[in-house]
Amino acid sequence: MIYSNWWKYVGAAFVLYSIIGGLLFVNPNNLLFLDETVRNLNFHVPMWFAMIALLFISVINSIRYLKTFDIKYDIIASKCAAVGVLFGLMGLATGSVWARFSWGDWWTADAKLNGAAIGELLYLAYLILRNSIEEPSKKARLSSVYSIFAFPIFIVFAWIYPKMVTNSMHPGSGDTVGFNKYPLNNNLRMTFYPAVIGWVCMGWWMTTLLIRNEFLILNKSKNKTPD
Amino acid sequence: MKIKLIFLFLLSFIANSLFAQTQDNPFYSNGKIYVVVTVISIIFTGIIIYLIQIDRRLRKTEKELKDKN
Repeated sequence: MIYSNWWKYVGAAFVLYSIIGGLLFVNPNNLLFLDETVRNLNFHVPMWFAMIALLFISVINSIRYLKTFDIKYDIIASKCAAVGVLFGLMGLATGSVWARFSWGDWWTADAKLNGAAIGELLYLAYLILRNSIEEPSKKARLSSVYSIFAFPIFIVFAWIYPKMVTNSMHPGSGDTVGFNKYPLNNNLRMTFYPAVIGWVCMGWWMTTLLIRNEFLILNKSKNKTPD
Repeated sequence: MKIKLIFLFLLSFIANSLFAQTQDNPFYSNGKIYVVVTVISIIFTGIIIYLIQIDRRLRKTEKELKDKN
């Protein structure tokens, strides 16, 4: 999946479709209190899906590294986490703008928002931890172990804990139901699912570019003739 | 090359509707939302072309390295 191409075009086509359809397919009579901003579902939520998918690939490769001690799995794990963090920041930023005009503030003390922010910081710490260790094998080993702890804690903070609290304004957590329970017609679903698949593919594409670049550097240093 | 030609074809198709100022032109209806859709689509397509080009450059270097060994 790193060197094949077809899924890149599938992802790009799905995202382009979700941009066009996401803006045009919504029925204005069914927008509830969100008004026109309901379209953000096609753009804000897929950021988090892409992030979780990348972090999942990251932790799988951290485990594979600890099993084999092959540095290439550590490269995959670290680059997935880096792009995952980028998608998380995009999710936080887009959510913040959406919150300003739906709830009245850029940031509210909501379990979902704070949980997602803590999860984000967990992975920022992962990247900082990596950069602070010079020796490659030690760096790979420590960050792989950290990653195995970070992933479940991230899922708990960003996903499970917001569902357990009694009060939350964010859809799908606390006492607020998710979009799947809203009395909307299926026009949202028609673009939302392709948008999720599309953005996961886009995220993986962006990650593979970084991974392949690292692999090239790795090969270059391996093939260097000793002089 | 093929992708660029397809993109050019789509662009000419969009441009054709942009310049036709008739009443039934969709770009003038529904509060001109189609204009926004076109703008965002052009930006996104641009980013995709950029990604494809980085991808090809990487592939070239990968091939060179493979041939050398």
